[in-house]
Amino acid sequence: MPNGVEEGMEAEGGDHREISVAEFFEKNKHLLGFENAQKSIITVVKEAVDNSLDACEQDDILPEVHVIIDEYDDEKCRVEIRDNAIGLDRETIPKVFGKLLYGSKFHKLQQSRGQQGIGISASAMYAQLTTGEPVTVYSKQEGEPCHKFVVRIDTEKNEPEILEDEIIEPESDEFPGDKDYFFDHGTTIEMNIEAKYTRGHHSVRNYLKHTAIMNPYARVVLKEPDGNKIEYPRVSKELPEKPKEIKPHLHGVELGVVLRMVDNSNARTVSSFLQKEFTRVGRTSAEQVCEEAEIESGRRPNTLDKDEVEDLLKAAENVKLQSPPTDCLSPIGEDLMEKGLTKELNPEFTETITRKPTVYKGNPFQVEVGLAWGGDIEDEGSFEELRYANKVPLLYKKSACVTTKAIENVSWNRYNISQTGNRPQGPLYISIHIASVWVPFTSEGKEAVANYDPIRKEMKLALQEAGRKLGKYLKRKERREIQEKKKRQLTSYAKEMAPAIAALADEGNEAEMEDKIQQLVQNDYNPEQL
Amino acid sequence: MPKKEFENDSKTLEQLKHLGKKIKNQLDDPEEDDLTFDTQVRSRSNVEYDEKEGRLALGDSYSTRKFLNISHARKFMQTLMVASKTKELIESGRTAAIREVYYQLKHSVPGLDENTFEDQDESNNVVVDIETATGAIREDLHLFAEKKGSLFGPVVINDSGDEIDCMNMGTSGLAIPSIVDHYEFVECEADFILLVETSAMVNRLVEEDFHEEHNAILISAGGQPSRGVRRLVNIMHDRLDLPVYVFTDGDPWGYYIYSVLKSGSMSLAFQSDRLATPDAKLIGMTMEDIEEYGLEHVTEDLKGKPEGNGGPTKDYKRIHDVMDYEWMQNDQWQNQFQKMLDKGVRVEQQALAANSLEFVANTYLPEKIENKEFLN
Repeated sequence: MPNGVEEGMEAEGGDHREISVAEFFEKNKHLLGFENAQKSIITVVKEAVDNSLDACEQDDILPEVHVIIDEYDDEKCRVEIRDNAIGLDRETIPKVFGKLLYGSKFHKLQQSRGQQGIGISASAMYAQLTTGEPVTVYSKQEGEPCHKFVVRIDTEKNEPEILEDEIIEPESDEFPGDKDYFFDHGTTIEMNIEAKYTRGHHSVRNYLKHTAIMNPYARVVLKEPDGNKIEYPRVSKELPEKPKEIKPHLHGVELGVVLRMVDNSNARTVSSFLQKEFTRVGRTSAEQVCEEAEIESGRRPNTLDKDEVEDLLKAAENVKLQSPPTDCLSPIGEDLMEKGLTKELNPEFTETITRKPTVYKGNPFQVEVGLAWGGDIEDEGSFEELRYANKVPLLYKKSACVTTKAIENVSWNRYNISQTGNRPQGPLYISIHIASVWVPFTSEGKEAVANYDPIRKEMKLALQEAGRKLGKYLKRKERREIQEKKKRQLTSYAKEMAPAIAALADEGNEAEMEDKIQQLVQNDYNPEQL
Repeated sequence: MPKKEFENDSKTLEQLKHLGKKIKNQLDDPEEDDLTFDTQVRSRSNVEYDEKEGRLALGDSYSTRKFLNISHARKFMQTLMVASKTKELIESGRTAAIREVYYQLKHSVPGLDENTFEDQDESNNVVVDIETATGAIREDLHLFAEKKGSLFGPVVINDSGDEIDCMNMGTSGLAIPSIVDHYEFVECEADFILLVETSAMVNRLVEEDFHEEHNAILISAGGQPSRGVRRLVNIMHDRLDLPVYVFTDGDPWGYYIYSVLKSGSMSLAFQSDRLATPDAKLIGMTMEDIEEYGLEHVTEDLKGKPEGNGGPTKDYKRIHDVMDYEWMQNDQWQNQFQKMLDKGVRVEQQALAANSLEFVANTYLPEKIENKEFLN
């Protein structure tokens, strides 16, 4: 670099200073879902509920989540979310709620709802920013006392600032166990935020309803500001299989990540580095990759420069590797999905399909689809879409989402479902779930999934399979209706015909003749006839 | 009015009773799992042209109507209702218009969102079914249709005891009923029968005293001739031995009217022997008339699109359809159609008025008849 430039930059250095993560997000809160008062409350609830559900599943606890919302001022709400998870220890509590980018999941390749460790602390920051008030957290672990913390974030340092730290006695009024649900262990968070509580498609209520559909083993209770209480019941005591943590796969990993891994690895040779830090790399494939990249396999990994690591990754693409294991995924499964759809929508027919896991660029993912038709579902002229990523409902940016594109790729009218343009019509809910350790969202807001070919294809196949079954059901139903209509017609015609036949034949009893005709109709009628 | 008894009444009653018994027997037979009756197929596939007789006839294909077949069921019910109604008519010595029968039987079917008959076409169709199923014609069933067409000319008719002089019918003429079998011809001075497509043209001829001056019986068809008109022409030709000339527009529709009168129609092919008059001849309009009588400036372009140019549609399609009928396979006819297609025009009988109002009565028709310039 020419000297002059470096000097120029240094000269301006006076105005430059480090930006704290918390400060950055404070200025860019829209990136985290806090664009406006209506959306902010959904985001707060979503982050807290996601954490609660993740925490419960982590320890095989059937989740019990309460969301209590009160309006206390113009466009200000008090939000309280309680769960029955295992609870947090005293040291962790302030960090989880008072420090951005603190989390247990960020460094793991494992399917979970949250990932970056921003969500709940960002909510705390939003509370602090809009009402100036800190958050209050109660957390109790089994056999431990209940801790109460009042925490704020020091945004300049991105560190928790503890305002209160006390133990709540079980006898105290404040003890969360005395409230209206069982509380032997779990976490409660309370905060005051600027918010607008609304009903409709984009609402807390709808978010929780969608959540309840995809998590039927959770009991969720919502208390709205007007005192209205809604319960989303638990209909299954079976939790989905817990996802396993996996190492990255050479075919999907990014250069920057490998560079960091190279620095941190304690492997002695490149070959053992590849075998240890990545999934599905054995000795032979490791040697093959090195050979292809023309890199000495016995070198120390931390002697590799950036170009060499890049060569290594390119070389890996030419080496056939086994697909990553897919037990890192936790699909909800066809049974549970059906239970979820049935309990919240009370449809006449449901069909659910869980596809086999598959891999995109080294990232395993799995698609699930559920169709719910008729019953209590009203025909609004178009279908309703339920989108999920790792069991978390996506409410915004529908049109940008791969799910919508996949739905539009299917010829619904082939399945006896009417269609306007590319979109199916009728009393229909379509739910689509993508489970992956790394869901390719279109933006930080995690509101829409990118339209990648292999993902869209999997979704399309699942939709087609479910569509075929729904189509079959509708066809059979239509046939049955035709049969019933036919019977009704013939039965009525018989009444007109009997007197005519008697008059024509000049003999015979009308009533007797009608009986005989009705018998013919009865013998011919077969509602199960297909 | 006295009760009406027709000569076929007892036979017709037997036939209707037979139909009823057949259904009743099916009901009584434990082996039978449906109700059926046979009707002759009346679609074009079962219509044949009898070249020797010069008229259409029904072939021998039958179709079985089944009650439990949902596409037949409604008609099945309707047929029995109409049949039993006609039996009642005959027994009580009454006649009824098919429109009356329609209203008598029309009501909503209990338990269904439908009527026994939705429109008169349905009951009309069923009447024809009963005719073919029983072999009794509509007149035998004591059913008649609305009067259509009118008659003028030197003939005296006895209708149920009343004598009608068709020469003294003013400008209205004798309205032709659908049942004419009972007509007796008391006197007849006529030399020929002229059947005219439009009533406007008949009015013109009556105003010019054509029927008086040429001893002609003028009959207006008012478009497609009704059963009554066709039956009347048929019996007058037979009983009075009069030649029959047909005067229509020079277009495929006019020519088809002629062919219906001459050879019968497809839907009533089973009655061609009573309704068709194979000796009838077409007087015009022909394509040659256009030049012969200087009508080039009053022709009309054929409507629709010709074949190979997005067509044939409308008039063009009709010409092609009619050209394909077996009973139109004669050189004179094919020649006329070909000329229509070539010139792309049609000519109406009223176009003759371009020369003068009396031209048709004083020049066109007399010349044609004098010169025996007919299409057969």
